[in-house]
Amino acid sequence: MQTETTATATATAVPAKLPGARLASWAALALIACALPFLINGYHTFQLTLVLVYSIALLGLNMLTGYNGQISLGHGAFYALGAYTAAILMNSLDVPYWATLPASAALCLVAGFLFGLPALRLEGLYLALATFALGITMPPLLKYKHFDALTGGSQGIVIIKPDPPFGLPISQDQWLYFFTLVITVALFLLARNLLRGRVGRALVAIRDHPVAAEAMGVNSALYKSLTFGVSAMYTGIAGALGAIAVQFVAPDSFDIFLSISFLVGSVIGGISSIAGAVFGGAFIVFVPNIANQISKAAPWAIYGVFLIGFMYLMPGGIVAFLRIAGDRLLRRMRKSSR
Amino acid sequence: MSTFWAQVFSGLVTGGIYASLALALVMIYQATHHVNFAQGEMAMFSTYLAWSLIHAGMPYWFAFVLTVLISFVGGVVIERVIIRPVENAPVLSVVVVFIGLLVIFNSLAGWIYTYSIKSFPSPFPSQPISGFEYISPHGMGAIGVTLVVLVLLYAFFRFTPLGLAMRAAALNPASARLVGIRVGWMLALGWGLAAAIGAVAGMMVAPIVYLDPNMMSGVLLYAFAAALFGGIDSPGGAVLGGFIVGVLENLVGAFVIGNDLKLSLALVLIVGVLVVRPAGLFGRVLVNRV
Amino acid sequence: MKLKQVFTPAALAIGVVLASSSAFAAKHYGPGVTDTEIKIGQTMPYSGPASAYGQIGKAEAAYIKMVNEEGGVNGRKIVLMSLDDGYSPPKTVEQTRKLVEEDNVLFMFGGLGTPTSTAVHKYLNAKKVPQLFLATGATKWGDPKHFHWTMGWQPSYQQEARIYAADILKNHPHAKIGVLYQNDDYGKDYLKGLVDGLGAKAKTMIVKEVSYETSEPTVDSQIVQLKGSGADVFVNITTPKFAAQAIRQAYDIGWHPVQYLNNVSNSTGAVLKPAGLEKAKGVISTAYIKDASDKQWDNDPDMIHFQGWMKKYMPNDDPANNFNPYGYTVAQTLVAVLKACGDDLTRANVMKQAANIHHLKLPMLLPGITINTSPTDYYPLQQLQLERFDGQNWELYGPIMGK
Repeated sequence: MQTETTATATATAVPAKLPGARLASWAALALIACALPFLINGYHTFQLTLVLVYSIALLGLNMLTGYNGQISLGHGAFYALGAYTAAILMNSLDVPYWATLPASAALCLVAGFLFGLPALRLEGLYLALATFALGITMPPLLKYKHFDALTGGSQGIVIIKPDPPFGLPISQDQWLYFFTLVITVALFLLARNLLRGRVGRALVAIRDHPVAAEAMGVNSALYKSLTFGVSAMYTGIAGALGAIAVQFVAPDSFDIFLSISFLVGSVIGGISSIAGAVFGGAFIVFVPNIANQISKAAPWAIYGVFLIGFMYLMPGGIVAFLRIAGDRLLRRMRKSSR
Repeated sequence: MSTFWAQVFSGLVTGGIYASLALALVMIYQATHHVNFAQGEMAMFSTYLAWSLIHAGMPYWFAFVLTVLISFVGGVVIERVIIRPVENAPVLSVVVVFIGLLVIFNSLAGWIYTYSIKSFPSPFPSQPISGFEYISPHGMGAIGVTLVVLVLLYAFFRFTPLGLAMRAAALNPASARLVGIRVGWMLALGWGLAAAIGAVAGMMVAPIVYLDPNMMSGVLLYAFAAALFGGIDSPGGAVLGGFIVGVLENLVGAFVIGNDLKLSLALVLIVGVLVVRPAGLFGRVLVNRV
Repeated sequence: MKLKQVFTPAALAIGVVLASSSAFAAKHYGPGVTDTEIKIGQTMPYSGPASAYGQIGKAEAAYIKMVNEEGGVNGRKIVLMSLDDGYSPPKTVEQTRKLVEEDNVLFMFGGLGTPTSTAVHKYLNAKKVPQLFLATGATKWGDPKHFHWTMGWQPSYQQEARIYAADILKNHPHAKIGVLYQNDDYGKDYLKGLVDGLGAKAKTMIVKEVSYETSEPTVDSQIVQLKGSGADVFVNITTPKFAAQAIRQAYDIGWHPVQYLNNVSNSTGAVLKPAGLEKAKGVISTAYIKDASDKQWDNDPDMIHFQGWMKKYMPNDDPANNFNPYGYTVAQTLVAVLKACGDDLTRANVMKQAANIHHLKLPMLLPGITINTSPTDYYPLQQLQLERFDGQNWELYGPIMGK
């Protein structure tokens, strides 16, 4: 299944001819990101934390589906796996919240890799079905009565919100936001390094011309399985962070609609881009609320209209749209300066 | 032992439900090479239309035929108006449009008709056949209708010029245009037929599961699995796949692992088969020559 | 000297007037309250797999609309901000935080679902925001010692199941019981109550327990399993759609056990009619609210008033849906609590009034059933009456059970 979006991995829509502008825009972004939680209330800080959490999850999906062409309709399962790992560790073993992240990451990396191995045989629709099955299977597994002691069954697990360390004079919401922000930036930088270098080129080659890639010596099987693993790892870390932010996990939190939302968010943000993940995360968090305000009677109909509208205007995602718009703007500026 | 057969027949009835929607999925795949995730919700919406007509006093068969026609036209319109603009977009973008349609239909149905369940009449006699209580007359009738649709579909694609033109348009639009096939209208026709098949599926399913906006949401996964299991380009395979999935699920739930995990196990088995036979049981295996 | 002589009594007079006016008015307002309105918040599944329950929110909103049109409560209109959480706990957390922190509602009312309410349980209690009249029968909501701010409303699932267990022990002591339950907290809570109620005999009497997921299209296979187990008593713990399927399927495959149906799904018009009235003959259930589609209440003035309310405020909705009288009655309980608060509309007082309801009779409750709470009893409704379906109507029988 080939995606036809342009495969460049640039993480910004600002044209490359203005390096000073790019630095300035990054600095401004960083400043805003750090100042925001002090300017808005706890509820909005919580929402922003969720946006960051979902962008990490979507980045994982982008790696797999956008860069590597392996479609996944079940990434919610890895999100759930990471979330429950964090919850169980914190609840039953009193593990501190930050230590649950490496544990979730490791578990999901292995799980993703193990899933990726048999998935090598499946292509396109068939892989979609297999991942769809994974996503649908998660809630019944989590509810399975013999796992109840561990998972809390249908009732779920309540998690205690972490306090800011060293007695910092900020609220729990603000601390969680900064914690998540740091992890998000780190993971995004890691992804950028991976995807811009040899690994990224190998993934894209496998996606676009698998036979040629093999002929050039790319170990397709290894890359594809590893990508599944790393992608699952990212989404698992997001799951753990999400569980800590929401302070609760239950099987009903991780149904197939979550997996579908991930796919939708990825495509809308721009599935072959890194920045697209952030736009997608914002879309998933804010647009349902906007739809609710527009129509109380049939909000999801409005959401559906939004989806279709976005795809008409920006079939390549928000990032592609911004790039095209930016290029046009630049061309017009250059024309007028002659 | 009687429970075994009871489960098998019950599985054939639910399998028939999956098969009927799977046929619609195969139809649309054959015509457009896309899997329409909104097929189930469109079928559900068609069934509500039929319900409205019957509720307004129309006799059953009038309403049935009228609904099928309206659904056909609706499918054509949706393809021309909503899908056409994203024809050349990446596959996943088209998938997002399908998901958009899915939520729109579901939400509209809930808004217009509320979420109370509604009875939907069956054209078949309601009293169980004495002595043979494993399967109700409607259950048998629904399976029969599915098989009839299957035969019609197979004949259409195999023996009619229009069916051939449709398959050509989906397989190689450029070449198809060169021989004079109006590719755009082939796609629209495909959507129309799929919507019509979906309407039939919905009207057969509703008497069994009761009509409510979420009637088809559970069925879609099974239909999808059945279609791929049997081979996405084989209508016969999709129907067989549907029956197998239905019976398998029942037997697994009753005799192997209990109801909690029967869905998981059934899906694992299906995916397992796909790993061994990646094109499904009867699908065409595409060989890539380098 | 003259100035002081004038000043002091004047000041005193002003002081007295001020003090007495505030003492008379005694207006204490929590967040979201003004002289003309009271803002309360709610999360409900208006979308997603549990969207059928959103009807409860619709009914409550319609009742509150009527109350507002008739002048409101103590001169204040109730503004019910009901947000969709799609039955997804993270969304419930988000919407609840929005209502509490951004919209500054006075309290949360009638939230639906156990996992969704659990997700915000600790948060609301920590913030001392009342979480009133939750729309779930889970037993854990009546815990004033640990969760002072949370209260359920309907009779708990476990209590209802224990009534069935007692009835089975009394009338069918040698029964083989088959149970069909929804695989979530609602189903499992009922099952627990049944098992507890049967006591030591549970292990020998229950021959088969089968579950189903709401994502399944039908429960026909499960009914076949139950018939095959040889059970002659069937405890049917299903939501309306699946209850109708179960009743019909059992009859169609020739299985005629003694059937106990949970009261979430016992509406004549919305469940039994689709299943087939003759197929539901003999089914036993319990009730605490009058069934809106049962003809026995046709001449009951309260039912007539209710039907009139439905025609005026919910003309497009299904009059047989029992979620409507449910929402109607919960909303009436809310109005009663707000009325009792008078002008002291603080969160603490709302909770205090909610925990001090004595013998509140509401028109759609069965005769003899009242709402009672106290600071140590956070179960507003604890009474149920058994009823049997005769093919046309539900026939109430036996005493009113529970406190």
